[in-house]
Amino acid sequence: MIALLRRDLMLAFRAGGGFGLGLAFFLIVTILVPFSVGPQSDLLGTIAPGVLWLGALLACLLSLDRLLALDFEDGTLDLLATAPLPLEAALSVKALSHWLTTGLPLVLAAPVLGVMLNLAPSGFVWLVSSLAVGTPALSVIGTFGAALTVGIKRGGLLMSLLVLPLYVPTLIFGAEVARRGAQGLDPVTSLLLLGGITCATIALMPFASAAVLRMTLR
Amino acid sequence: MSLWEYANPVKFLGLSARVQPYLWAAAAICVSVGLTWGFFGTPEDFRQGSTVKIIYLHVPAALMAINAWFMMLVASLIWLIRRHHVSALAAKAAAPVGMTMTVIALVTGAIWGQPMWGTWWAWDPRLTSFLILFLFYLGYIALWEAVDDPDTAADLTSVLCLVGSVFAVLSRYAVRFWNQGLHQGTSVPVATGGRTVADVFFYPLLVSMIGFGLLFLALVLYRTGTEIRLRRTRALLARQGRDA
Repeated sequence: MIALLRRDLMLAFRAGGGFGLGLAFFLIVTILVPFSVGPQSDLLGTIAPGVLWLGALLACLLSLDRLLALDFEDGTLDLLATAPLPLEAALSVKALSHWLTTGLPLVLAAPVLGVMLNLAPSGFVWLVSSLAVGTPALSVIGTFGAALTVGIKRGGLLMSLLVLPLYVPTLIFGAEVARRGAQGLDPVTSLLLLGGITCATIALMPFASAAVLRMTLR
Repeated sequence: MSLWEYANPVKFLGLSARVQPYLWAAAAICVSVGLTWGFFGTPEDFRQGSTVKIIYLHVPAALMAINAWFMMLVASLIWLIRRHHVSALAAKAAAPVGMTMTVIALVTGAIWGQPMWGTWWAWDPRLTSFLILFLFYLGYIALWEAVDDPDTAADLTSVLCLVGSVFAVLSRYAVRFWNQGLHQGTSVPVATGGRTVADVFFYPLLVSMIGFGLLFLALVLYRTGTEIRLRRTRALLARQGRDA
């Protein structure tokens, strides 16, 4: 498992494999927002939590089709499916490496972008914690979407169509935590619910992902 | 004699051919009686005026939109567990019908909402849940279309239906958490056995709901038959191509 994780991370870092791509996308989306809604700082401050969450979600989505497609093309997935390591575990590792290369940089970059969008000072802690708790769920759900569409040629758009509705609960609770935090309300309930979604998806989604991947590889 | 006998396509087609005329007739009678009675035979609501009458389209369509997904869920489970092709094809056949019902519910709701709430659309929990349900239908149908191998397509869509059901329910409660509602409570709360609609409006509504249910059943049987025959045609064509 560790070898697989190391391999995935190495590929992501070295071979131009998408590391930083999600981050750059997140950066650009956030920078474009003031151009589209205007530079009034109080308006930007109001919408900042939602914009940052949406940007993070889209950045995760953008990097999903690289998650399994390259391995599917060169046959790595067939090897993984026959390896002694259960496919569920292999996909969990894939999701973890996706989170480490996409989700974690987004969490770290979010405060800087929060400053640019004039986020209220009380909101930073909650923004970062909501992203830290919520983005793993995005990676795990995204792995399911990637596994579902990996056998389909040009399945990228289809994957977005399938994955986006699945992202709704995570987005609602995540943005709610950040919003309530920024407004000085109590965000703990939403944060706990978000954590519940993340734990449940981490526990259950790899089974669904492995099931659909086996169906595709059969 | 068991239900599983009808997993045999020949038996299924036989039964569905025998039942369908009655189903269509009953559905036509119930829908036309329900709608005519609802539109012309009921008084106007003293606050909503004649706009109340859209309920005879809106509520049954919404009911069937949810039940269609539920039927797809059951059919998907049967396919995954017992591998009956008829079941997978029935789920495939039900999806566009369910999506149409969702669209009817959304559109009639918007038409009613414009004079009553003063807006075509509000981000109310029920409306939003239905929009999400619509997206799930869209994704499900798109996945069926995208996969070439029919058995793989049935497998993948079945799992999507299961996972989608969990997330649809989750979204429903998440959305309620996210925004307080404008939509009124349920018209026919089954759980409490009570009723929030007066009898004059309720009976035509009930007839209309039964009619939509029958209509859904008839459409699904018809479309499943089409899917089965389509697959047979493909098999025949493939055999011819091989022999030639």
